[in-house]
Amino acid sequence: MSLKDKLLSSYIAFEDYLEDDSPIHDLRSDAIKTFENQGFPTKKEEAWKYTSLNSILKEDYSLFPKKDNDIQLKDVKRYFLHEIDTYKIVFVDGIYNSFLSETTHDKADVCLLSSALSKDKYKPIVETYFNKVAKNNSLTSLNTAFAKEGAYISIPKHVELDKPIEIINFATGNETAILLQPRNLVVVGENAQVQIIERHQSLSDNAVLTNSVTEIFAEKRAHVDFYKIQNDRSSASLIDHTYANQERDSIVKVHTFSFGGKLTRNNLNFYQNGEHCDSVLNGITILEKKQHVDHNTLVHHISPNCESHQDYKGIFDDSSTGVFNGKVYVEKEAQKIDAFQKNNNILISDKATINAKPQLEIFADDVKCSHGCTIGQLDEDAMFYMRSRGIGQKEARALLMYAFANNVLEGVKIPELKRRVNKLIAQKIGVNLGFDL
Amino acid sequence: MSKYTEDDLKKELETKEYEYGFYTDIESDTFPVGLNEDIVRAISLKKEEPQWMTDWRIEAFRAWQQMEEPEWANVTYDKPDFQNISYYSAPNNKAKYDSIDDVDPELLETFNKLGISLDEQKKLAGVAVDIVMDSVSVATTFKDTLAKKGIIFCSISEAIREHSDLVKKYLGSVVPQKDNFYAALNSAVFSDGSFCYIPKGVRCPMELSTYFRINQAGTGQFERTLVIADEGSYVSYLEGCTAPSRDENQLHAAVVELIALDDSEIKYSTVQNWFPGNKEGKGGVFNFVTKRGICEKNAKISWTQVETGSAVTWKYPSCVLKGDNSIGEFYSIAVTNNFQQADTGTKMIHLGKNTRSTIISKGISAGKSQNSYRGLVKINSRADNARNFSQCDSLLMGNSCGAHTFPYIEAHNKTAQVEHEATTSKIGEDQIFYCNQRGIDTEKAIALIVNGFSKEVLNKLPMEFAVEAQKLLEISLEGSVG
Repeated sequence: MSLKDKLLSSYIAFEDYLEDDSPIHDLRSDAIKTFENQGFPTKKEEAWKYTSLNSILKEDYSLFPKKDNDIQLKDVKRYFLHEIDTYKIVFVDGIYNSFLSETTHDKADVCLLSSALSKDKYKPIVETYFNKVAKNNSLTSLNTAFAKEGAYISIPKHVELDKPIEIINFATGNETAILLQPRNLVVVGENAQVQIIERHQSLSDNAVLTNSVTEIFAEKRAHVDFYKIQNDRSSASLIDHTYANQERDSIVKVHTFSFGGKLTRNNLNFYQNGEHCDSVLNGITILEKKQHVDHNTLVHHISPNCESHQDYKGIFDDSSTGVFNGKVYVEKEAQKIDAFQKNNNILISDKATINAKPQLEIFADDVKCSHGCTIGQLDEDAMFYMRSRGIGQKEARALLMYAFANNVLEGVKIPELKRRVNKLIAQKIGVNLGFDL
Repeated sequence: MSKYTEDDLKKELETKEYEYGFYTDIESDTFPVGLNEDIVRAISLKKEEPQWMTDWRIEAFRAWQQMEEPEWANVTYDKPDFQNISYYSAPNNKAKYDSIDDVDPELLETFNKLGISLDEQKKLAGVAVDIVMDSVSVATTFKDTLAKKGIIFCSISEAIREHSDLVKKYLGSVVPQKDNFYAALNSAVFSDGSFCYIPKGVRCPMELSTYFRINQAGTGQFERTLVIADEGSYVSYLEGCTAPSRDENQLHAAVVELIALDDSEIKYSTVQNWFPGNKEGKGGVFNFVTKRGICEKNAKISWTQVETGSAVTWKYPSCVLKGDNSIGEFYSIAVTNNFQQADTGTKMIHLGKNTRSTIISKGISAGKSQNSYRGLVKINSRADNARNFSQCDSLLMGNSCGAHTFPYIEAHNKTAQVEHEATTSKIGEDQIFYCNQRGIDTEKAIALIVNGFSKEVLNKLPMEFAVEAQKLLEISLEGSVG
C-alpha cells in the first residue's frame, strides 16, 4: 500500500477518533480531498523540479505512535538552549511532553494547539486565524487534515515576551519509521514582540519524516524573530512550511540554519498586507555526504512601501545538493517596494550540486527589486595570505567560511543562540576555533 | 577579393527587375489548409527533395503527433489550430513592381521612420540580402562573390538538392526533430530557409543577411536555418523580420541551428519586428522559435537579438559549449508594448573545460505587456573552470505591465564560477524632467533613456543593424507614455 493510500485510509479512522464538533472539522475534510486529488508532489511540478520525494516516501511510516514514549531530560538537555531561561513546548513523537515543557498563560498564551482547538475561550482566535494564511497545496493540506497537535502561541497587544520560546519536536525512534505532522499557530498582537526557536530532533537512526506547518500572524507593528535549527540525523527528513501574514509596520524575520538531515525542504511564504512591512529571510546551509536541502521562498508584496530582504548562503561538500528557489512577487498596487534577494554558494566537492532559481515577478513600475546569485570557490589568494602567516589549511578554510556566512549570523539576536550556531558550524566543518565570531 | 561597389550594385539594379515586392499582387501556389502525412509528403515532393529528406520529415511529423503543446512559458494565447493553416505557399509569378507606391503605406511609414527603405537596405554595401517571401527564397544576391571564397549561401531547399551530404550530416544535429513541439512541427513542414557553409579558415568578407517576411494571410511560416562554420572560419549572420498588418494571428515556428567547428566563430544577430498586434491586442504574430548552436573546441557563438515585434514570443537562443575553451554569448533586448507577451532568454550548457558564457538581457515592458526572461546556466560535472556572468535588467513603464525573471542555475562542478544579477527599475521622473528642461520632449527623452539602458546590447549589433534597431526601439515604445 502506498503512503498516500495509507494516509487516506487512516484519515477515516482518525476522523472517527476525533470529536465531531471540532471547529476545524470542515477544514479537515476539505484538506484531505485536496491531498487526495493532488497527491505527493513530483519532479514534474515546477516547484519540486529539483527535489524528489521518492526516496523518502518508500518507508512504511507509522502515523499514530504509541503513547508511552518517555525520554529523560539528561538525554536531551543538550538540544535545549539550556544556558538561558526559555519557555519550552516539547513534543515526543508528536505527543506533548509536560515534564520537559514550560508553558505559560500569564502575560501571553504559550501552550498547545490541541487545547486551543478544544477550549471554547480560544474559539474566536482559532476561527479568525487557523488555516487562514496556509495555502492549499498538497502537503500543507495533508498537514491540515491531520492537524491536532503543535504549538499555540498568542501574544496580546503591547506585550514583549520576557524570554524566547523553544519548540522542540523529538522523535524517539521506537517505531521503525514515523511520520510526524506538527502544526503551529503563532499570533502576535499589535506592537507585541516574540522570539521563537524551532528544532526537530531525532534520537535514533530510524526513519523520520516530518511534515510541519507553521502559521504566523503579525499584527500592526508586531515583531517576530523565528529561528529554525535543522541539524538532524541523516535518517530524518523534514518538509517545513512557514506562512507569515504581515499587517502594516510589522517585521517578521525567519532564520534557517540547515546543517543536517537527509532531505530538508523549507517553504517560506510571506504575505505583506499592510504598508511599511519588513520581511527578512536568512539562511545558512552547510551540507555534506548525500544531504539535500531545498529552500523555496516566496515574498508576496501586496501593499506599497514595503521591504523584503533575502540572504541565503550555502556551502556544499561531498555529494550534497542545494536548491534555492526564491521568488519575489510584486503586485501592481505595491509601488515603492524595496526587494532584495541574494544567494551565494560555495562548492567544495566535484560531486556537490547547486540548483538556483532566483525569480522575480514584477507588476509595479516604481520599485527597486534586484537579485544576485553566485556560485564560486574559496578565494585562493585569501587562503595563501593566511597560510603564509601560519594558519593551518583547515583553519584558514574555516575562517573564510565563517566570514562567508557571517552576514547571516549577525542577524541572530539571541547571543546564546548565536554561540550555539557558531559551535554547530565549527563542528560541521571540523575545526575548533577558540573565539566567538 | 574585389569589393562589391555601389556602381556594381547600380548596374545590377538596372539590369535586374525589382524582384521582391510586398504583397497581394503575387498569385500564390497555396496548399489546402490542414496537416497530415500527405501534406508533408507533398511539401517534400514540391521541393524535389531526396528520399532521405522525405523520411526525415515524416519521422518528425510522427513524433510531433505524439507531442503536446508546451504550456510552461509565462504567456497566454489562443492556441493556433494546426489544422487551419496552409503549410505551403510559394509565389508562382514573379512580382513586378515598378514603383514603391504599391507598397502598403503603413509599412512604408514604418520604414521611413526607421530611416531605411528596402532600396536603401540593399545599397548598404557589404550586405547580401536573401529575401524569403512566403516561404520560398526568391532572390539571392552576392552569390558569386561568396562562391569565389567557397562560401555556400543559399536557400535550404537548394542546399538539400545540391549539398545534400552537408545537410544530411548536420541537419537536426543540434536541434533534433523531436526536440520540442514546435521544432518537430518545423522539421516536418519547413518550406524554406537559409543555408550557409563557411569553409575551413575562411573569414566571410561581408555580413550575410536574410530578410524574412510573412505575406500571405493564413500561411504559417516555417523556416529552417542551418549555419555551419568549418574549422577556423568566421561568419556574421543577420536575420531581420518585418511583417505587414494582419488581423488573425499568424504562426511562425522557425528552427535555427548553428554549428561552430574548432576555432571558428559565428555571430548571429536578429532584429525581430513581426506585427505585434494592434493597440487592443488583436492580431499579431506568434513567434515560437528554437535556436541553438553547438561550439566545438575554441569556438565561439554569439547571439544578439532585438525583439520588438510579435504578439507572443517564445524564444531561447542557446549555446552548447561542447568543446574546451569555447565561448557562448547572448545579448538581448526585448521590448513589449500594448498586449505583447515575450518569454525569452537563453540556455548556456557548459560541457567542456574552461568554457565561458556571458548573458546580457535587457527587458523593457510598457502598456499592458508581459516580459519574461527565462534562462538556464548549466555547468556539467566535467566542465572544469567554467565561467558564467549573467545580467538581466528590466525596465517597467506604467503599472499595467509586468517583468518576470526566471533564471535557472545548475552547477555540478566545484571550480565553476557563476554570477547572476538582475535588477528592475523604472525611468526616473527626474531623468525626464532633466531632458524636458533642455528642450527634449518626453517621448524623445524616453527614447534616449531606453537607448542608454540598452546600449550594452546595441553595441554588439553590426553597424547596419544598430542604427535600425535604435529607431525600432523608439517606434515600439511610441505612445507608451501618457
